[in-house]
Formats: sequence, structure tokens, C-alpha cells
Amino acid sequence: MAQGNTYIHLKSENPIHLDIEFSCNSGEIFVIVGPSGSGKTTILRSISGLYTPNSGKIVCMGNNWFDSKEDINVSVQTRAAGFVFQDYALFPHLSVRENISIPISENDPSIRNELIDEYIELVHLTGLGDRLPHQLSGGQQQRVAVARAIARKPDILLLDEPFSSVDQQTRRFLVRELIQLKHKLNIPIIHVTHDLNEARRIADKLCIIHEGTGLQIDDPENVMTRPNSSRVASLTGQDNIYHGKIIKHDSESQSSYIQWHDITLICAYSPEFELGEEIDWMVPSSQVIEIIDPNNTNSDKNQLSGKIIDMIQLGEGTIISIGFEDNTDSLHMNYSTHHVKKHQIATGDNITVSLIPDGIHIMQY
Amino acid sequence: MDWQALELSLSLGFYTCIILIPFGIILARLIAWHSFPGRNILQALLALPLILPPTVLGFYLLSAMGNRTPLGQWYESVFGSSLVFSFQGILIASIIFNIPFAIQPMQRAFESIPQSIREAAWSCGLSSWKTFTRIELPLAWPGILTSIILTFAHTLGEFGVVLMVGGNIQGETRTIAISIYDRVQAFDNANAAIMSATLLGISFVAISIIYIFYDKLGSYRGPR
Repeated sequence: MAQGNTYIHLKSENPIHLDIEFSCNSGEIFVIVGPSGSGKTTILRSISGLYTPNSGKIVCMGNNWFDSKEDINVSVQTRAAGFVFQDYALFPHLSVRENISIPISENDPSIRNELIDEYIELVHLTGLGDRLPHQLSGGQQQRVAVARAIARKPDILLLDEPFSSVDQQTRRFLVRELIQLKHKLNIPIIHVTHDLNEARRIADKLCIIHEGTGLQIDDPENVMTRPNSSRVASLTGQDNIYHGKIIKHDSESQSSYIQWHDITLICAYSPEFELGEEIDWMVPSSQVIEIIDPNNTNSDKNQLSGKIIDMIQLGEGTIISIGFEDNTDSLHMNYSTHHVKKHQIATGDNITVSLIPDGIHIMQY
Repeated sequence: MDWQALELSLSLGFYTCIILIPFGIILARLIAWHSFPGRNILQALLALPLILPPTVLGFYLLSAMGNRTPLGQWYESVFGSSLVFSFQGILIASIIFNIPFAIQPMQRAFESIPQSIREAAWSCGLSSWKTFTRIELPLAWPGILTSIILTFAHTLGEFGVVLMVGGNIQGETRTIAISIYDRVQAFDNANAAIMSATLLGISFVAISIIYIFYDKLGSYRGPR
């Protein structure tokens, strides 16, 4: 079993493919990122008990909620899971106070009212308790949904794209609140999203999922800079992903060498890959730099000369695509739009770039 | 004014609602939220009274409830009286004839409750029964009320099926609609007019209640 006080292992074939195993600690935000239809919501539904996978095991804070081998399947009502639905699923006929009171309706009325006040204050909704959901903004509705989910004193909090229907400003505010909430609640929080930037900001641990399969689970920075496959690299938005072959390891200089078409590239020492092994490799566009003086051969390694074949301006940044002779692959790098305009860089210009060796990351083919 | 006929019609409407609505809620929820083999056929069967001429439905019911049929014989052996040309007979006919009027508004009402709302209720720890009473019923209430009013009003106005199954027996099967017909046949237009106006008033109030409640429904679903 993986480490951590909450352990999830889900396997399912029909009608939805699932194959994922992970663990999560209290006070940790575990973010699952994947495109639409990749099974993110189904994972949350499985944990909460709304969906039963074919097989697997769900242990939450030491409580066994699901074990296909032991024939254990605790009902959704019994599992202490707080679920914030993508559309919030607030009860439209009930006020904010009444929505929050539903999970604690068994409590004594005076205790219940105290708890409701506490939760309303916690999610910054003081003064809005008597409003109906449709009288609230998207951000306020989201907070009611969070308050209702945590009113149950859950052992785990499940967030299904909770920021998808709010504007950017509200989203930034809510993200800050979520991080504060994480420390207050001290329970595992599973958050699913298709927004990689949002995921990087809030994740303690990141999982990339594709077609129901967890591809990589790691620290956010590792997932972004050290993806374990070209699929993960592609899903994390990397443009420069190529195929090549390991041709040399040099332990003395702590370098390895890759053959890419007819070009030899030097990269960080990676003896875990065998000589002659076919590999995929990537380099983040931020690790591709322009060489101003190509004649100064001492300055930079992995110098490549080509032509600018495309330029896409995206606000303050411009993505430049470089093509090479006898090489069908193209390389992408980022420039500031200001720099592009100042130096009148244009499609068709010759350019020499360097790939920073430590920025090159090798992956299994 | 045939007060006895009005009272009989009101009783018929009341008992039709009392029996049909709970049964209709179960069926409407089933059709709204579950997929099962034969669902479409079941829906078609339930909607059949909408398009079937009342006389056709009345003929089949009369044939099914007659003294020589198993149902008629069973009823007579248990209750000691005939099912046709009795209040109980027209009550059964009324229930069957009103099925689409009862089911369809409730089915639409349950269909309009998002699945995530019910799932949120379960996730809050509510049992299926509490989810039904605290979440589903209040949300579906305008649809249920529509069903009650439509069923009741439609029972008051029903003529063909009741006449076929129950005939025109004063105090037993003569409803207000049959009484109006009876008065017109007897050239008693004054009483026919009073009874027609009474039915018109009841129908208008019933329809108004439906619209008022739908407006109330809109008040917690936001501006339209």
C-alpha cells in the first residue's frame, strides 16, 4: 500500500476506464489534472460513494470505505466526505443557512445555529445567511457549497472544478481562501481541474490523468519539468518534445549525449538510459535561448541555427517556431513581445539558439 | 342546480386524487430518473388516455368490469355489488382516464431536478427518504400541485367515460357534467347554465392556482 493516511486505488473498465492509485496526507491538496472526459469527476464520485468502481480500495483517514476484495462498500451517506460539485448543486429552495444546516440537521437546534454561524463566518458569508442561492454571485455560491461540504466535519474534502464558473479575479481570491482553509481543516483535499496553472498554484501533489489512467503523481514542479513520458509532457503543455537516441555517457563531465536527427545534443548525465536506447526528450521553451554572437563558440552548448517559420503573439509573450534544414521537427521558444518589436524579429529571419543542457529532460520512449 | 351531482363530482375528484397522486409520484420518479427496458412503451401506455376517444376507453372499461368478466365477478363476490354502474366503477374509470394528467406534470417536475442536487443531498448524509421529503418534494411541489389540480378539474368535467361505465344514476354515478347534459336534454337551460358557470368558475380557479404556484417556483430559480 502506498504511504499516506488516505489511500485510493481504483480500477474500472465499463462504462468508464479507471486505473489510478495514490495517497494523500492530512492538510495536503492533491490535484488531479486532465482534459475533459479523462475520468476526474468519476474519481471523486468513487471516493464519495456515488459511483462504484469494478475493483479497488479506498481507505480514508484509517476508515475502510471500499474494498472489492473484502466486499466492503460503505454507503455515500455514511462516508464522511465533503463534496463540492462543479455546479455547486446548492438546494435552490433553501437559504444559505438552511443549505449549510442540512448535513448537521441531527444536531440540537442551538448547537446547529452556532455551527452554521461558525461556517458562514469561515467562508466569509456573514450577513448573507438568509439569501437564496440564486441571489448570490458565483463566488458566493461556491463558498456556500464549501461551507455545506465542511459542515459535515468530513474526513476528506472533494472539490470538482470548483473555480470553473467564476471570473479570474474571484478565482484568484478563492484560491487564496482554499489554501487558508487547507491549514484550518487539516484533512486531505482532492481537487480536480483541467486548468494546469490553477493546479500548479494550489497543489501539494499533482496527478496527471488521461483516459482514466494516472500517468504521473509527483510534486508540481517535478511533473512540469521532469515528466515521466512524452504523453505527460504534452498534457502539461510542453511544445518541444522529440524522439532521439542515447549515444554517449561521460561520467567525468557528468554529461550524456543524444542523437537528434543529424545533431548531437549534450544534456545532464542520465546513465539510467542505456547506450543506443531510443528515447523521447523535451526542453521547456524557457530553456531555449537566442545566441546573439554565434561566432563565439565558447559561450553556449547545443547551438542550433535555423529560420523562424512562425510567430504567435500571445499578449506580452510571443512564441517563435524555428525550422531546421534536413529536420522536419521545429523548435519553439518564448520571447517578450516587446523584444520582438524592438528588434523587428520577423518570420524568415535566420536565428541561432542554444538548448541549455540541464534543461533537456530525457524520457522513456 | 343539481347539488347532489356536484357533491358526487367533488367526491369523485377527491378520491381520484387521493389514490392516483401517490401512485403517480412513484411512477413519475421512476420514469424521470431511471432507464429500463420498455420505458418508452410504458410512457406510451400511460399517455394513451390522452388521445383515445373517451367512448373507446369507456367501452373497454365497461367490457373489463362487466359482471361476466373475472374482474366483475371477483368484485361482486367480495363486495356483493356490481362494479359497473356504481361509484366505485366510475372511480376506477376516472383513475385510469386521468393517469396522463397526473403523471406527466410530476414527471417533468422530477426531471427538472438536476441529478447533482440529489447526489449533494446524499453526500450531506440524507437518506433516500429524507432526500425525497426535504429536497425532491419541495422542488417538485409545483408539478405535483399541477397534477392534483389537473386531475381534479378533469374529473369534474369528464363525461364520456363516466357515462359509458356508470350510466346516469342519480346519487350514484350522475356527475355534474352528466347532469348538465341531462338538463339540456330536458330543455332546462337555466339549471344547465348555473351548473356550467359553476364548472367554469372551478376550472378557472384551478388553472389560476397552477400559474400562481409556477410563479412561486420561479422565485427561487432566479429571474427568467
